[in-house]
Amino acid sequence: MNFFHFMLQNHEQVLELTLEHLWLVGVSTLLAVVVGIPLGIMSAHWPVWNKPVLGTANIIQTIPSLALFGFLLPVPWLGDRADRLAILALTLYALLPVIRNTYTGIRGVDRAVVEAGRGMGLTPGQLLFQVELPLALSVILSGVRVAVVVSVGLATIAAAIGAGGLGEFIFRGLAMVNNQLILAGAIPAAILALSADFSLGWLEKRLRPR
Amino acid sequence: MERTSANSPEIEFRDVAYVLPNGQPLLSGLNLEVQRGETLVLLGRSGSGKTTTLKLVNRLLTPTGGEVWVNGTPTAATDVIGLRRSIGYVIQDAGLFPHYTVERNIGLVPRIEGWTTERIHLRVAELMQLVGLEANLAKRYPHQLSGGQRQRVGVARALAADPAILLMDEPFGALDALTRDQLQREFLSLQQRLGKTVVFVTHDLREALRLGSRIALMESGKLVTILSPQEFLRSTEPLAAAYVQAFGDGLDSAANRGMS
Repeated sequence: MNFFHFMLQNHEQVLELTLEHLWLVGVSTLLAVVVGIPLGIMSAHWPVWNKPVLGTANIIQTIPSLALFGFLLPVPWLGDRADRLAILALTLYALLPVIRNTYTGIRGVDRAVVEAGRGMGLTPGQLLFQVELPLALSVILSGVRVAVVVSVGLATIAAAIGAGGLGEFIFRGLAMVNNQLILAGAIPAAILALSADFSLGWLEKRLRPR
Repeated sequence: MERTSANSPEIEFRDVAYVLPNGQPLLSGLNLEVQRGETLVLLGRSGSGKTTTLKLVNRLLTPTGGEVWVNGTPTAATDVIGLRRSIGYVIQDAGLFPHYTVERNIGLVPRIEGWTTERIHLRVAELMQLVGLEANLAKRYPHQLSGGQRQRVGVARALAADPAILLMDEPFGALDALTRDQLQREFLSLQQRLGKTVVFVTHDLREALRLGSRIALMESGKLVTILSPQEFLRSTEPLAAAYVQAFGDGLDSAANRGMS
C-alpha cells in the first residue's frame, strides 16, 4: 500500500484532522493577534512596558513545547479539555513574533509623519488608527506570518496531550513504526505551513507602504 | 471665534522656558510677540531653540516655565486638539502621509473636523490651485511627486481649515536652490493675499531677509534680538553682524524681496 493509496482510503480522517489542525492554529493565532498587537502598541508608545512585555514573551518562547503542555495540564478548566490547553500554549508561543513586530513596525513609522499628524491636531486614537497602524501593517503581518508557520509545526505536538490535529497521524505512526502514517500527518502539515507562508507573504507585500 | 482687539498680538511668549525631562535647558527667558498678519522668522543655528519655540505655539511641547498665549488665551488653558487644528503646521520634507493620496492629505483636517465630502472636495480643488498644483495630481501618492510638489501639498494641507496662524519649520530646507527660490516667491505672493500670521523657522539668512517682516535671532536657547530685515543688515549686534558677513554679498537685494 503506497502513500497516496493510504491518503485516498483515509481521506475522511485526513480531512478531519487537517480541519482540527487549522482550528488549533487559527484560534491561537487570532488570540495572539488580539492580545499581542495591543501589547506591542503599548511597548512602542510607553518605553516602560517595553522590557517587561518583550522579556516575558521571550522567556515563554524558551520553554520546550512538550513541557509547556505538561505544565498546563493540571490547571482547572483548561486541563479539562486538551484543545483548550493546546490553544493556550500555541497562543503563548505566537505572542512573541506578533508583539515584537508590532513594536518594530510602530517604532519604524517616520517620526516626521507622526509629528506632522500630531501638529495638525489628530487625537492619539486617530494617529494610531489612521497613521501608525496602517504604516506598520506590513511589518505586523510579517510577524503574524512567522507565528502561523511556527504554530502549524508546534500544533502537531499538541496531539501528544490528545488535542487532535495532524500530529495524531505522526504519533500513531511513530508508535506503530509506520512511515506512511507519519507522512500522512507531516505532509499535509507542511503544505499548510507553506500555503500560509505564501499567502500571508503575498498579502504583506501588497500592504507594504511605498 | 471671538477675536480680541486688532492690535493685540496673535501669539505671545511670556518669560517662557523649556527644560528637557533630563534637566537640559533648551529655552529660557523668552519674551516674544507676533503681530497679526506678520511673518516672524526665527533665525538661528541648529540647537538654538528655534524649532522648540515653534513647537511651543501648537503645544507639541508644553512650556516648563512661563506662558504662551495664542489669540488672547494661554495655550495651557486651551483644548490642545482644537488649538492644533486652528493652527497650520508645515515641516521640512512636508511630513505627508505616505499612504494617503494628495487629495486625502490636503483634506485631512477638514475630514477629521467633520466637513461634508463635497465641501472637502471643493476646498481641496481650491487649495491645489492656490498653491500651484495641477488638478491631475489629486490621486497621486506623495512618493510619486517631486520635492517641490510635496512641499506645496504640505502648505495646502496646513491651509486646509483656513487657520489664522501658520507655523513653518524649515519648509523649503530640503529643496534645490531653484525650487526653493520659486516657492519663496510664491510664499510671498500667497502671504500678500492671505495675510496669515506666520512663524517661520530657518537657518538661512537670505530666506529670513526675503520672507520675514521681522527676524528674531536666536542662540543657545535665548532670543538675541528682533530686527526688521533692513535693520538686520546694518545691525552692530555681534551675532547678527557675523551672520551678515557669513552670507556675504547680495543680501540687500534679498531684503528688498528681490526687487532691487
